[in-house]
Amino acid sequence: MASITLEGLKKTYAGNVAAVKGIDLQIEDGEFVVLVGPSGCGKSTLLRMVAGLETITEGTLKIGDRVVNQLEPAERDIAMVFQNYALYPHMTVYKNLAYGLKNRGFKKDDIDKRVRLAAKMLEIEDFLERKPRKLSGGQRQRVAMGRALVREPSAFLFDEPLSNLDAKLRVQMRVEIKQLQRRLKTTSLYVTHDQLEAMTLGDRLVVLNAGQIEQVGTPMEIYARPATMFVAEFIGSPAMNMLPLDYLHTQGSSVLEHLPEGTDTLGIRPDDMRLTAPDAPHLAIDATLMLFEAAGAESHLYVNLAGSEQPTVIRTSGQPSVREGEMLRFYVTRDALHPFNSATRKRTGG
Amino acid sequence: MVENRPWANFFAHLTLMIGVAVVVFPVYVALVASTQAPGDLLRGTLPMLPGAHGIENFTRMWQSGVSNAGAPPAGMMLWNSFVMAMAITVGKLSISLLSAFAIVYFRFRFRMFFFWLIFITLMLPVEVRIIPTFQVVADLNMLNSFAGLSIPLIASATATFLFRQFFMTIPEEMLEAARVDGAGPLKFFKDILMPLSVTNIAALFVIMFIYGWNQYLWPLLITTDPDYYTIVMGIQRMTSEENPQWHLIMAAVVMAALPPVLVILFMQRLFVKGLTETEK
Repeated sequence: MASITLEGLKKTYAGNVAAVKGIDLQIEDGEFVVLVGPSGCGKSTLLRMVAGLETITEGTLKIGDRVVNQLEPAERDIAMVFQNYALYPHMTVYKNLAYGLKNRGFKKDDIDKRVRLAAKMLEIEDFLERKPRKLSGGQRQRVAMGRALVREPSAFLFDEPLSNLDAKLRVQMRVEIKQLQRRLKTTSLYVTHDQLEAMTLGDRLVVLNAGQIEQVGTPMEIYARPATMFVAEFIGSPAMNMLPLDYLHTQGSSVLEHLPEGTDTLGIRPDDMRLTAPDAPHLAIDATLMLFEAAGAESHLYVNLAGSEQPTVIRTSGQPSVREGEMLRFYVTRDALHPFNSATRKRTGG
Repeated sequence: MVENRPWANFFAHLTLMIGVAVVVFPVYVALVASTQAPGDLLRGTLPMLPGAHGIENFTRMWQSGVSNAGAPPAGMMLWNSFVMAMAITVGKLSISLLSAFAIVYFRFRFRMFFFWLIFITLMLPVEVRIIPTFQVVADLNMLNSFAGLSIPLIASATATFLFRQFFMTIPEEMLEAARVDGAGPLKFFKDILMPLSVTNIAALFVIMFIYGWNQYLWPLLITTDPDYYTIVMGIQRMTSEENPQWHLIMAAVVMAALPPVLVILFMQRLFVKGLTETEK
């Protein structure tokens, strides 16, 4: 168990390509932190720097109180779960789990005890003598987790571990990872591009974009108060709608008064656009329904705003009786508005 | 094809049988010839049925050879050939495994330059560089020795290249997982790479062993001491005599053909797997 401290961490590749541009982050002991961002944002590079698989160009990395910049991965007391699991194909599950312990000079019966304990925890006891190729995707995933678990490291690093699983298994493993981490209380750093995975797993999220941190916070903080337009559009599905203030002014409403200075764009989540008028003061916007998507418990309405043709998404529960091509009016309350400045791309009004 | 066409089947099998007959016939002739009495093979018609002198011919060839033709006992020549072939095979495999490991997994200066250097030597077989190689071996006093027989043939661009290609198909995460698991480069090589390459090693072992066994020109050049004659060159010496004793030569030929056949028989399963298997 240990905290992880990143101070001004930078990674520059040959040819002056900056992949990670100065990251400051403090991960507390026992915390589950998720790095999330689009592909190419540097999240995997950052994780691999923590693991010791990529060199650190600049900055300091501490695990516990030790500066580990120059240490080999094995000396950092971390364990990593890889996207493609990277199990050793010629070894049985048992040997896969035991390999790291054996290299560290653990005694035979100690290894045996740890392997069996981890196998029991992950319910892979029946497969211990099998080779990885005889296992299903979910079982391989468990073995990969087990390999991290047996060592009882001070931190787990996960590199998109669920992206090779089918949708159903992914949800199941997500829950198991969360429960496991709760139980073991091991500091964890988890990389994903899936914002749903990030929201549900993390104690805190770190949203990365182009090698820099956009926002750090608990999932709900980030969802409720995205600090930048990037975060607003990245977290939440369907993505937040960004409507220019000028356009909304033409619709005229008292709701738009007293917005923070510098606001020129308003973000509105698809869920916050209602088809029925609320009691509270609200905006009313007209739009043409272009496409109706029924997804069972909820529906997505793709509309073009009247007078601006801007495409916008609305999410409603159930299945409203609407026809494509129809003119709709929807309503937004004051507290559903996220004010942004489109030049700085930041939230206005702090 | 699911159609049932008896004639097509018949002709297909007939073609195959003729093919096998053509390939096997010379081997059969050698076998038959090795069992004849000294004069039988010089009468104009080649006997087609085994004679009665098989055991006699083989024992004579094995124990005493044909000393007036410069051929020592076959037993010794077979041993020499075996030692040379094994030294070449094991040497080639270990050197090419290590150099492929270096080229794929280490980022050193001029890495690509060295790779291409190795690759270019593919185009230079022993025969092309035989004079300078002989000079070097002679200057190092390695004539008439097993070292001289095997060392110059050990470097193998082919095997290095094949292992390199194989190593490149192993996902990089495997190395990273091993590093996190506390395995250094040599441990990774020994615990992960070697076991994964077993089938490739077996396939190359068969190819290299036969290559080493069949070496002819090189042993002929550098050995003048009969103690170091190999079986392939021994056969050649016997045939270049004025009155070649074909029954003994054929006995030697049969004995010379056996070890490669045995190697293939024993390693066939691994050999085929190594050439076809892609799963990792």
